[in-house]
Amino acid sequence: MFYRQSGIRHTRYEQDRRLWRLPFDRKLVALVCALAVAAPFLLSDLYVGTYLMPWLLWTTAALGLNLLMGTAGQVHLGYGAVMAIGAYGSLHAARAGVPFEFSILIGGLLAASIGTLFGAAALRVKGLYLAVSTLAMQYIVDYTIVHVPAISGGSQATLQAPPVRLLGMALAGDAAYYWFVLAVCALVTLFILNVRRSSYGRALAAVREKDYAAEIIGVSTFRYKLSVFWVSSFIGGVAGTMFAFCYYKAVTPEQFHLELSIQMLATVIVGGLGSVMGCFFGAALILLAPVVLNNLISGATNTFALQVGADLVSHAPLMLYGGLIVGFLLFEPLGLAKIYDNLRNYFLVWPFRHSR
Amino acid sequence: MDFYLLGELTINGALVGLMYALVALGIVLIYKASRYANLAQGAFAMAGGYACLILTQSAGMPIWAAIPLSVGLLFALGMLVERLMLRRMIGQPIIMVIMLTLGLEIMMRGLLPGFAGSMARRLDLGIPQQPIFLGEMLINRSYLYSGLIALALIAAAILFFNSRVGVSMRAVSDDQIASWSVGIRVERVIAVAWGLAGIAAAAAGILWGSVQGVDWTLSLLLLKALAIAILGGLDSIGGVLVAGLIIGVCESLASGYIDPLVGGGTRDVVASVIILLTVLARPHGLFGREHIERV
Repeated sequence: MFYRQSGIRHTRYEQDRRLWRLPFDRKLVALVCALAVAAPFLLSDLYVGTYLMPWLLWTTAALGLNLLMGTAGQVHLGYGAVMAIGAYGSLHAARAGVPFEFSILIGGLLAASIGTLFGAAALRVKGLYLAVSTLAMQYIVDYTIVHVPAISGGSQATLQAPPVRLLGMALAGDAAYYWFVLAVCALVTLFILNVRRSSYGRALAAVREKDYAAEIIGVSTFRYKLSVFWVSSFIGGVAGTMFAFCYYKAVTPEQFHLELSIQMLATVIVGGLGSVMGCFFGAALILLAPVVLNNLISGATNTFALQVGADLVSHAPLMLYGGLIVGFLLFEPLGLAKIYDNLRNYFLVWPFRHSR
Repeated sequence: MDFYLLGELTINGALVGLMYALVALGIVLIYKASRYANLAQGAFAMAGGYACLILTQSAGMPIWAAIPLSVGLLFALGMLVERLMLRRMIGQPIIMVIMLTLGLEIMMRGLLPGFAGSMARRLDLGIPQQPIFLGEMLINRSYLYSGLIALALIAAAILFFNSRVGVSMRAVSDDQIASWSVGIRVERVIAVAWGLAGIAAAAAGILWGSVQGVDWTLSLLLLKALAIAILGGLDSIGGVLVAGLIIGVCESLASGYIDPLVGGGTRDVVASVIILLTVLARPHGLFGREHIERV
């Protein structure tokens, strides 16, 4: 019913290759985009600043990681470190007087070049070894940032981010920052959507399925593995820059510790490996779930007069992230995106289920 | 050059390395049997520490009864994790299994401190506090005893591989389908490997709990254990012993000589550097079998 296909015939290749092939999908995307742009007028600043903006930021970062883990099949447990490199790189550039448009590129390029070094390990090893070596790099980057005062400004220091000026205009107010974040997120989303239907995306899929076999049919594993690390680290660096300038407005090493990498990993798995829409769903769940859980706990303590220890409250997010990862891997390995897909497939032919 | 300091750092580092090796032993046992890596081994060790802590301090059991009971509990936990989680993942890509065990690690890192308290509490094993003097070198008595216990357990693991179950475990690690066809129960062998990993983790958790107290930081042993398992070769028990000694000594020397220069924290980065160097130079480790892949 909703996603009605009857009467829709693709008679030319351009029609068949479109991103959204059904009119309903196109209308849905247009509606969501319109709502996203109009959000500052519809919702209070508090909601936009504390829910929508982090959601878009987390999604942007998760899209970069998902390109690496879902599309190219390379494990990365140190994505937080990549984002930290981007954030610190652009922050130091901006503090040195480089315009923001260039410092965000500097952050991205710096993260990409160091992130490609991470990927150098991927050329020799894969699977478990790659997971462990990226984990090791997370610790090494954390250590370097904290222990080199030129980068972090001392171990306990917080570096303030200068206000963002785009094309000579200062971004004023939460709404302006939100629109900027939205634009970057939309750009990254479009890029990732298009990667999957290009020859580049198909080569990455070949590398993911079996890298030796890909090498034999003429896909250079060396080139594609390195380049996917470059691309995803660039996105990670840009996302880290946005975290620093638009959300936190300051940088401390703790923002980018292993916890962030774990959050990103959970986002990608909960959302669905290799799915663009999954990143949006996953980020929403990972960010909202601890808030909801905390409200539930405090609600329960108030109504039932339960005594809930502070330890339990402070460790609830970890339990939740771990539980979500384990639960989704066991029961729905393709994540929330697959659940949406099942719904869509159901409504594709509803109410004539027998016609499928 | 101060040779007493060097000797003291080396000996204490070697003993600490043996205790790290105990955690790595679990990873190697599971990898040997099933070709899967258990990234939840750090959380298993933490669970061992917490089990013993709860039994002695909350349930009021004497320590000699609590230790065997918590070892048994961890054996059961290992078997349970294999039965409920890993067995469902058979046939899935290895990336899924890595992520599953990592998710388990994260979950246990939240669950145990959340419900059993996140304050660091020391387990009292009855080891005296005062150090042993060897000439002018100070040797930590609990490191010495713990290191010796770890050594004994690793030796027991090497001997175990000559027993009947151990031989079938080696067969399963070689070829699962072939060992199935000669009548080895592959699932049970893998389950036993998980149980044994639980035992190693319980021993490690209790020993570390007596040294630095039981709290969530015990799960950080995972990184050191991974470094040891990779340096020694993922399927070599002898490698665990050698790599444990190497990493323990390296860490101790690094924190003794480099920390004063850069202001602390070097101990934690040594394991990461060793992992990277091993992966880049010799991915199968010192004693591991080289993995040959066919299309």
